Amino acid sequence: MTEVAEITVVSYLRWIPLLPLASAALNGVLGASIHKRFGERAISALACAPVTISFILACVALAELAGLPEHDRFLLDHVAPWIAIGSLRVDIAFAADPLTAVMMLVVTGVGGIIHYYAIGYMHGDRSYWRFFAFFNLFMFAMLTLVMGDSLLLMFVGWEGVGLCSYALIGFWYQDIEKARAGSKAFIVNRIGDFGFLLGIFLLFWTLDAAGHGTVVFREIEANVGLLEGRFFWGFPVAVLVGLFLFLGAVGKSAQIPLHVWLPDAMAGPTPVSALIHAATMVTAGVYMIGRMHFLYSAAPAALTVVAVVGATTALVAATIGVAQNDIKKVLAYSTVSQLGYMCLAMGVGAYVWGIFHLFTHAFFKGCLFLGSGSVIHGMGGEQDMRNMGGLRRHMPRTFWTFLISTLAIAGAPFTAGFFSKDGILAEAYGRGGLGLWLAGALGAGLTAFYMFRQVFMVFFGECRAGEHTRHHLHESPAVMTVPLVILAAGALLVGWLGLPPFLGFLGPNLFEAWLEPVFGHPHAGLSHETEMVLTAISLSMAGAGVYLAYRMYYTGRTSPETFSEFAGGIPYRAVYNKYWFDEVYDAVFVRATMLLAKAGALCDRYIIDGIVDGSATLTALWSRVTGIFDLGFIDGAVNTISDSVLDWGSRLRKVQTGSINAYLYAIVAGVVGITILRMIWFAGV
Amino acid sequence: MIGLEHYLVVSVLLFSLGIFCVLTRRNALGILLGIELILNAANINYIAFNRYSGAAYDGQVFAIFVIMLAAAEATIGLAIVLGIYRSFRTIDVEAIDRLRG
Amino acid sequence: MNLGVGDVIFFFLAALTVGSAMFVAFSRNIVHSAFALMGTFLGVAGLYVTLGADFLGAVQVLVYVGGILVLTLFAVMLTHGIGDVQVSNRAIGRLPALIVAAGVFGLMVTAAGQGKWAAREVTNVEPTTEGIGEALLTTYVLPFELASVVLLAALIAAVMLSRKEIRE
Repeated sequence: MTEVAEITVVSYLRWIPLLPLASAALNGVLGASIHKRFGERAISALACAPVTISFILACVALAELAGLPEHDRFLLDHVAPWIAIGSLRVDIAFAADPLTAVMMLVVTGVGGIIHYYAIGYMHGDRSYWRFFAFFNLFMFAMLTLVMGDSLLLMFVGWEGVGLCSYALIGFWYQDIEKARAGSKAFIVNRIGDFGFLLGIFLLFWTLDAAGHGTVVFREIEANVGLLEGRFFWGFPVAVLVGLFLFLGAVGKSAQIPLHVWLPDAMAGPTPVSALIHAATMVTAGVYMIGRMHFLYSAAPAALTVVAVVGATTALVAATIGVAQNDIKKVLAYSTVSQLGYMCLAMGVGAYVWGIFHLFTHAFFKGCLFLGSGSVIHGMGGEQDMRNMGGLRRHMPRTFWTFLISTLAIAGAPFTAGFFSKDGILAEAYGRGGLGLWLAGALGAGLTAFYMFRQVFMVFFGECRAGEHTRHHLHESPAVMTVPLVILAAGALLVGWLGLPPFLGFLGPNLFEAWLEPVFGHPHAGLSHETEMVLTAISLSMAGAGVYLAYRMYYTGRTSPETFSEFAGGIPYRAVYNKYWFDEVYDAVFVRATMLLAKAGALCDRYIIDGIVDGSATLTALWSRVTGIFDLGFIDGAVNTISDSVLDWGSRLRKVQTGSINAYLYAIVAGVVGITILRMIWFAGV
Repeated sequence: MIGLEHYLVVSVLLFSLGIFCVLTRRNALGILLGIELILNAANINYIAFNRYSGAAYDGQVFAIFVIMLAAAEATIGLAIVLGIYRSFRTIDVEAIDRLRG
Repeated sequence: MNLGVGDVIFFFLAALTVGSAMFVAFSRNIVHSAFALMGTFLGVAGLYVTLGADFLGAVQVLVYVGGILVLTLFAVMLTHGIGDVQVSNRAIGRLPALIVAAGVFGLMVTAAGQGKWAAREVTNVEPTTEGIGEALLTTYVLPFELASVVLLAALIAAVMLSRKEIRE
C-alpha cells in the first residue's frame, strides 16, 4: 500500500538511540564512582538529558516528516554496513516513517517523563546508578527496535529490551524471588524469540529462493507478492511466517499462553513496570505486526489467529484481574488485557486503531502505574490493597490523576480510552464477527469493574493501614507528581486525535490521516447508526461495572462473597489462582527439564567420569609395564656392559706387572719384530 | 783392508752387549749404562756409513744429534732415578713395582 | 797378512771398545761398570777419528766422557751408601737375556749381510769441522733448532724432577 517515491536521507536519526546508549555506557562503567563523588544529581542529569534530547530530535523528525509530501514521508539514516554474506545484505540504518514517528514519540516522550519520575522514586537506592544505566540501555534497545529498517536490526532491539527487562525486573536481586521473576521473564520471552527467529529465517529463505533475499522492511514490502503460491510443509509461507513472527509477539506482548511472566515482572521497581511493562516493551509485538502489515494482509489465516488470541487474552486476563489484591498485579493483568485488545485490532486488520490504542494506553496505563508507585512510596512499601483505603485525603494529586486515568481505561466518554477502545470494538464487530466483539465488550465491562474496585479500595473509605504507616502517609514529591499530571492530561486529551467516523462532525481523524501512508485506508464500513449502538452497549456495560464496584467496595451493600461463593466458589478460586497457568507450566515443562538435567548429570558422573577414570587406570597400568621393562631390560643391559668392562679391565690389568725388566723385554721384542717385518716386506729393496 | 764390514761388526757387537746389559741389570743406573752402549753403537754405524758412502757430512750431523739427544735423555733419566731414590730409598728395579695392575 | 798401521790401530781400538762393553755388561759392581763405560767411550772416540770424523771424536769425548759419564757417576754416588758398593749390580735372568741378545746379534748380521751397499774407496781425510758447522746451519738448521728446544726442555725437566717437594 505504501508507494515510497522518495527517501529523504538524514543523519540525525542515529542520535535518537545512540545518545541513551552513550549515557548507559558511561553510567554502567563509571556510575559507581560518579555516584560516590558527585551524588545522585550527576547520575540523574547524565541519564535524563539524553532522553530529553532524543525526544526533541524525535519531534524534529516528526516535523520534517510532516513537511514532506504525503507519499514521500520516509527518512533514512544510514550509519554503517553490517552484514554482507552471500545474498544477505543488512546495514545498520535507522528509518522513520509516520508509524515509527508515533512510536518514537511515545518511547522518548512517555519514557522521558518516567525517567524524571524515577529520579524521585529511586532516591536513596544503593544502586541508583545501575538502575539508570539499564534504564537508558533499555531506551536504546527500544528505539533500535522501532527505528531499525530491517528485521535483523529490529531483532537486535527486540533482544535488547528482553535483556534490560530481565536486568530491571531483578534489579533488587538480593531478594531471590525478584531474581527468579527476572529469569522467568527472560525465559518465557525466549520462547517467543525463537518463533521470531524462525519467522525471519523462513521469510529470507523463501524470498531468496525467489531471487530477492532481503530482510529490510521496505524491500520485503516491495517483494511480498513473491510469497504467493509458495508452500512450506504444506502451509502457505506467508501464513507460516506470520504465525512465527506472531509467536514472538505472543511472548513479548504477553498474550495467552505466554503471559505468565508479566504479573511476576511486577517485582521490579514501579518505574520499570510503568515504562517497560505498560508503555513500551510489551507494545513491541503490536508494533511488529503493524510494521509487517503487508505480510499479514497477504496471510488472512494468520490474522485470524492473531485476532482470536487477542480477544481471548483480553477477556481471560480481565477475569483474573477482578480477584487480585496486589495493587500492581491488578494493573499487570489489566495490561495483558489491553494488549489483547491491541492484538484484536491488528488481527481484524484495523492496524490504525491498534496503534492508536497503543498510543493512548501508554498515557493512562503509564499514569496508573506511576500513581500506584506513588501510593506504594507514600505507604512505605505496602502493596496489598486490603491494607489501604482513604488515601485521597492524604495524597490528593495522586488520587485525581489516578481517577482520571481509571476513567480513561474504563472508557468513560471522551477520554482517550473511550475513543481508542470503542474504535477497536467497532472494527471487531464489522470485520471480525460477533464472537470477537462480544469478548471485547465483556472484557470492557470487567475492566471498568476491577479498575474502579481498585480506586474504591485504595482511595475511599476508612484507612485500614497500621498506625505506623498511617503516621508516615504523605504525598509524593513534585518530581513524582508532575509526571502524573502530565500523563493524566494526556489521557484526557490525546483521544481527540483519533475521532471515530460517526463523530466525524467534530473534526477529522488526525491519527488515521497521519498513518495513511503506511496502512492505507481500510474501514469496516459500518454505518453511523451501528456504531452508535455499539458504543452505547459498551458504555452501558462499563457503567454496570462501575456501579457494581461502587456497591461492593464503597457502600458495601453487595458483599464480595456473593461472587466468590458463586457456583461453589470454583470460578472464584480458578480466577484467583490465575487458572493455574504457572502450576501447569511448572509441572509439565520445568520439572521435565530438571529431570533431564539430572539424568545428564548422572550420565556425566558415571559414564563419562567412568571412561576418564578407566583410561587413567589403563595408563597407570601401562606405565607399570614399561617400568618393568625399563628396570629389567634396559637396566640389565647397562649393568651387563659395566660388569663386562670391569671384568675385562681386571683381566687386562695383569699386563701391568710393575716389573721394569719385563717392560724392557717388551721393548726389545717390539724392535726386533719391526725389524723382521721390515726385512720381510721390503725384501729385495 | 779395514772396510765397512769391520766397523759394522764392532757396532753390532756393541749393540748386542748393550741389549744384554739393559735386560739383565737390576740397578736402574745399570740400565742407563746399557742404553749408552746402544746409542754409541748406532753412532758408529752412522759415521762408518758416512765415511764409505757419497754423502758429505750427513752421517756425522746425525751422529751429533744423537749425541745431543743422548745427553738430554741421560740428564732426565738420572734426575728420575734420583727422584726414585728419594722416594723409595732404593733403585732396584725389581723392588719398585708400585704400578703393578 | 798385509796389516798396515791403520789396521793395527783399528783392531786395538775395537778391542778396547768391545772389551770395555763386556765389562760394563757383566760386572757386578756398578762403579766398575761406570768406569768401564769410560773405556768404551774413549774407544769409540778413537774409532771416529780413524773414520775421519775428527770433530765428532772430540765431541764424543767432551760430551760423553766429560758430561754424561760424570753425571752417571754422580748419580751412582748419590744413590748408594758407601758400604753397599760391593754387591750393587746384580743381574736378573741372564739366560733369557743371552738368548735375546744372541738373537739380536744374528738378526743384525743377517741384515748387514743382505744389505747391498757400494762402499766407495776411501779418499784423503779432511778436517770436518767447517763442513759440519755449515751443514748444521744450512741444510739441518731446523733439526738444529729443535734440538736446542729439546735440550731446553730437558733442562727444565731435570730441574723440575729434582726439586725438593715441599710437603707440609
